[in-house]
Amino acid sequence: MTDTQVPDTQVPAARPRSAAPPAAVPPPPARDRGTRLLATLFLAPTIVGIVVFTVLPIVGSVVLSLFRWDVIDSPSFAGAANYGEVFGDETVLVSFRNTLVFMVFAVALQLLIALTLALAVNGRMPVWLRSVFRSAFFFPLVLSAASISVVMKYLFNQDFGVVNWLLGLVGIAPVPWLTSENAAMATVVLVYVWQQFGFSFLLFVGGLNNIPKEIHEAASLDGATGLRKHLSVTLPLLSPTLLVASVVGIINALQVFEQPYVLTNGGPGDSTRTVVMVIYETAFEQLRFGEASAVGVLLFVLIMAVTALQFRLSRRFVHYQ
Amino acid sequence: MSQATTTFSRVRYGLAPWARIAGLAVCALLTLGPVVWTVSTSLRTPAEAFDLPPRIIPADPSADAYRGVFDQLDVWLLALNSTLVTALIAVGQMITAGLAGYAFARLEFRFKKPLFALVLATMMVPLQVTVVPVFLVLKSMSLTDTLLGLIVPAFPTAFGTFLMRQYFLGMPKDLGEAAMLDGAGPWRTFRSVYAPLAAPGLAIVGVLAFNYHWNEFFRPLILETSSQNYTLPLGLVSLQGNLGTGSVSVVLAGVVLSMIPAVAVFVVGQRPLREGITSAGVNR
Repeated sequence: MTDTQVPDTQVPAARPRSAAPPAAVPPPPARDRGTRLLATLFLAPTIVGIVVFTVLPIVGSVVLSLFRWDVIDSPSFAGAANYGEVFGDETVLVSFRNTLVFMVFAVALQLLIALTLALAVNGRMPVWLRSVFRSAFFFPLVLSAASISVVMKYLFNQDFGVVNWLLGLVGIAPVPWLTSENAAMATVVLVYVWQQFGFSFLLFVGGLNNIPKEIHEAASLDGATGLRKHLSVTLPLLSPTLLVASVVGIINALQVFEQPYVLTNGGPGDSTRTVVMVIYETAFEQLRFGEASAVGVLLFVLIMAVTALQFRLSRRFVHYQ
Repeated sequence: MSQATTTFSRVRYGLAPWARIAGLAVCALLTLGPVVWTVSTSLRTPAEAFDLPPRIIPADPSADAYRGVFDQLDVWLLALNSTLVTALIAVGQMITAGLAGYAFARLEFRFKKPLFALVLATMMVPLQVTVVPVFLVLKSMSLTDTLLGLIVPAFPTAFGTFLMRQYFLGMPKDLGEAAMLDGAGPWRTFRSVYAPLAAPGLAIVGVLAFNYHWNEFFRPLILETSSQNYTLPLGLVSLQGNLGTGSVSVVLAGVVLSMIPAVAVFVVGQRPLREGITSAGVNR
């Protein structure tokens, strides 16, 4: 490869230069050219793919959101009409409210469970037992959200589900998990958290392992114990991990789809209809691509805003060692 | 790990150790319970399926439900589709991420920083925001309702590229410099020095891709309209039916069948999977 490029580099060197001072820009050695060619070839699949399937589609989404288009007729410019329609649409508004409510409860529960379990698993116990627990909590992550929701639909059945049977053992009356407006959202949250907490759990376990033991020893010498020590020593040291876990947790929660789609199909009423479900239904069931794109753009803006807000707030709460 | 053990063994908890371990055991049971129930119910006859208390060991184990899945679904076709899609995406991502990650880590070229920033920025973009234009692009290429339409757009992976860049950055620079001094060009340096060392990093990319795309539901749901192009998750949801009219044991037997490869990867590839998940926070 280098052989073929040697003559190339000799050409500019041999050519008499009149305008530019000869030493200002030395001709690139053959190796640099080879490097650049290799870099171009190596990057091409990723960059082209990202441009075609992510960058242009984002632009496309914004453009599409300004047009009225049902695929059959040719698109017509609509200006902000799609946004007007979207904001006037009760279902869309409810879906944004549902998604935010879902996000708050799902992320809070996910982080709380994951943090508690990570602290507990890091306590004194045999090594094999620790790895059993770790594998168990992480296991649901490898399953498909769609098939897990299929399973959960049976477990949460009001009349013959195992969940209500278990609650019955301690004297709690059957809960209409999937059929009442209030309980349905709670069920979606529970099923989602059941599958997702292992992700934050793994992050926390990793974060706890990175805390130098001298700090804990120093805290113990100063007389800090138990919960007090966790609140004033462990948590601040873990705050960078908490930030990552909550940022990723929130971005993922705002995109929830499989669980409500399979468990409740958005019902009863619109009580569990999420933004992504609305995008799916508007685009691929009703073929209103313009409105669907407008909802997509709004979701994107929401995700960006929430993430930016988090990083802003984090300046006050996150301590880097 | 041993370091952490010493760290936290010194922490005094409000709870006695046995209470803490008992609590963990209850949580592990709640986590694995639904999976155990699924397996055991799939081995029961439909009549027994809803017996309460649920029998963990079926009184009269039967494989009828599994026969039922094969009667009602073309399991082999679904499995073949899922395998094709997942395997090709995993291999494709290992190639694109390995090459691009190497370029970002070890090659000098113009616009390196802005290009890398572009790659990182796309990690933030949710799939659902771009789904309509991507669908239209695929439609214009007549790739909707084909497996190829599912495979090709998944080749570029921002996270995989980031991961491989970190991986190559972690390798000693002297290796490449020594090869260069011996007269190896950039390609030889990559091919014979760095690429052979990249296997563990590529394994992480591959295992993550497998886990994500084997279970993927949203894109197949949108793209694949004819049932001969369904992947396993789509087939299973169709088996249950909108009104939940499918036989429980049969549906759960289907779920168990579709879990097998994911569980196999969990057992064999738990380490790369865990490393991949913790290494940054994967956008699933």
